[in-house]
Amino acid sequence: MSLKGFLKDFSFTQLLNLVNLANKSGALYIEKPGISCRAVFHNGKLTYFESTGEKASLLKTITDHQLITASQHRLLKERLAGMNDQEAGIYLVNAGYATLDQILNVLEKEYASQLRPLFSWTDGFFRFEAGEMPPEERIPVRLNLENLILEGARELEEIEELRSEIPSLEMTLKFTDRPGTDLSRVNLNSTEWRVISYVNPKNSIQQIAATTNLDEIEIRRVVYTLLQAGLVEIVRPGGKPVALPSTSLPVNMPTENRPLIKRLIDRIRSI
Amino acid sequence: MQTQTVKIVITGPFNAGKTEFIRSVSEIDVVSTERKITSAPEKVKETTTVAMDFGRITVDNDLVLFLFGTPGQKRFDFMWEILSEGMLGFIVMVDSARPETFREARSILETFHAYAPTPYLVAANKQDLYDAWDVEDIRVALRLDSSVKILPCTATKKSSVKNVLLELLYSILAEMDKHETPQELP
Repeated sequence: MSLKGFLKDFSFTQLLNLVNLANKSGALYIEKPGISCRAVFHNGKLTYFESTGEKASLLKTITDHQLITASQHRLLKERLAGMNDQEAGIYLVNAGYATLDQILNVLEKEYASQLRPLFSWTDGFFRFEAGEMPPEERIPVRLNLENLILEGARELEEIEELRSEIPSLEMTLKFTDRPGTDLSRVNLNSTEWRVISYVNPKNSIQQIAATTNLDEIEIRRVVYTLLQAGLVEIVRPGGKPVALPSTSLPVNMPTENRPLIKRLIDRIRSI
Repeated sequence: MQTQTVKIVITGPFNAGKTEFIRSVSEIDVVSTERKITSAPEKVKETTTVAMDFGRITVDNDLVLFLFGTPGQKRFDFMWEILSEGMLGFIVMVDSARPETFREARSILETFHAYAPTPYLVAANKQDLYDAWDVEDIRVALRLDSSVKILPCTATKKSSVKNVLLELLYSILAEMDKHETPQELP
């Protein structure tokens, strides 16, 4: 099955949200005239990223992030000539220049910084190729997407879009039951923490806004950010989640009418 | 004896396949209120439903099921509340190959559920198209909880439409069971 479309219809933040929630593995290609990016994921985590013309070697990346000095760089450039990133990484660890954790940390930072500009892309095309792996010679990382999604969601400023995402401030919020969500790992800003501290199905979004001194746009933006990061979900007043609406029987359909439904089922089966 | 009529509503964004869905199983020619499309952005098809589509499945002399298709365009949404009155349940059709309509589909779903919180499901239509999104991706895009049924569908295939209708009826039966289960004493 294909997963493709245009960023104007489905933003990069929403795509990361989709990859994260569905624990997807594969490569997400984002393209617009002159630029093409590829983000590779494994079980909903970013493992590799590259964009047109930016395939920095591991040595350059760790130098840029000041893991080694310029003089070490000059020395190592000669020694690592002809090695791919995996081989270079093994050499750097064995020779004591860096630990594996330090290398992975630098790569995660590098990929995140390369990926950030995509949050502001409003036009462009995307497609997801399931199962595609990162290049073998590269060192894969396992970067959680929650913080990136938070950053992307904070960029949404269109009030119309915010209103469409959060139609009513009379709704309340509750924490999602998603396994693996760890608030302590998520980089919330002080406003988001203030809002988070009032998340409770008894408090309407309106009440939280009043208590935290946020105006309508600000509270919508914070709630949208928390929603996109999969930390909270909207709940109808009375405690019924919007995403899991509780259903009831039609007014004209008492439970004694089970035989009627069974007759309908038999009839449709026979069509 | 008077014939009892019950109805199921088929809703969803413009060009999701609602008319085709009803046409696939209706025993009468669908009473359609289609008009030629004049606005350029909606020119992906020649005609669209402006009031409602209407199909019929006779069960026996006493019982008839009506299938009502809502108009997909936003400007006819005043019809939605009228059509939702007294429905057994509803089906939200989504064009699996047009992610630009997913947000609207979610909005329609929430609107209908607010009108009448009856059982419903989502039919991910046009699954036969190469560009179709996987149903589980659509679930995430529509922010559907795992308990909400979302079924692959090809509205032009009778068997596929039957399956969607049957699943909705099973949901209605399950809802009845829930209401009949004795509540535990505190």
